[in-house]
Amino acid sequence: MATNSGLLAHQFDDLEQQRDTELLSMWLFLATELLIFGGLFTGYAAYRYAYPNDFEAASRHLNVLIGAINTIVLLSSSLTMALAVHATHKNRQNMLVACLALTALLGTVFMILKGFEYYIDYREDLVPWTSHFRAEEWINPGQIALFLLFYYVMTGLHAIHLTVGIGLMLWLTIQARRGRYSPEHYIPVEVIGLYWHFVDIVWIFLLPLLYLIGTHSPGDLHF
Amino acid sequence: MEQRTVLQATYYAVFAALIALTLLTVGISFVNLGEWHSAVGLAIASAKAVLVALFFMHLLHSPRLIWLVVAAGFLWLAIMMGGMLADYMTRGWLTYG
Repeated sequence: MATNSGLLAHQFDDLEQQRDTELLSMWLFLATELLIFGGLFTGYAAYRYAYPNDFEAASRHLNVLIGAINTIVLLSSSLTMALAVHATHKNRQNMLVACLALTALLGTVFMILKGFEYYIDYREDLVPWTSHFRAEEWINPGQIALFLLFYYVMTGLHAIHLTVGIGLMLWLTIQARRGRYSPEHYIPVEVIGLYWHFVDIVWIFLLPLLYLIGTHSPGDLHF
Repeated sequence: MEQRTVLQATYYAVFAALIALTLLTVGISFVNLGEWHSAVGLAIASAKAVLVALFFMHLLHSPRLIWLVVAAGFLWLAIMMGGMLADYMTRGWLTYG
């Protein structure tokens, strides 16, 4: 227990109580996060119910190929994150560092693709209230703008969360390289992993709600 | 300190299922489902979210207290969504003037 005693904060009786408390804290935080994103999903549902045809028409102009590729990138990062936690349990230090670095890298790939997608949206005149929006080409430009606003705010808030996640992942990687984590001390990896998976779950729902609400044709698969 | 470790193979199996479901949901968007795209899309997304939560987030082996926090989170979400839908979806029932 000599090595463990340094890990135990004085307000806890033992390491198990400390671990359970830290896990519970992260889950409580994620419950509040659920309601932050839930507010956006609720607003989306209200206007989707009001303007189903306009939302479908606007959705078809988003880049479904990048949306799908990014889903696979983010799911892969969740796998490497889960493997990182697994590596702490098995005390496999090299695997831990590699998995954490790979998770950060995949998150970065997602952000680069997302940025590229925003640029394509800009080139395709999908930016409401600017000169990059052709209001005259839509039947109900206001409703189209509303869908696009939800698209930018929901993916934008998701991207902010992912950016925070990448930062945390780099910090974990540095700590792991210094050999800070072990089967007795793995909670930072586990709780940041929970956050990472939550951000992944948000994207899992954004994919069908933003990109897949109408029928696509093979011609829609392009960059 | 007891630790329930999940087999590494389990993570790969879950990942394979997640990729398969992603390809399914994107593939199905090329089939004309009329108004059913969102229902199917949300059903598949829910299945994926459950897989991530149960296995990657270790909810399956988490204490009941954590299940309670998750349930409470979804309860508040349901109240927010339900309240909104109860308003917007019933507005057409009334005629004014």
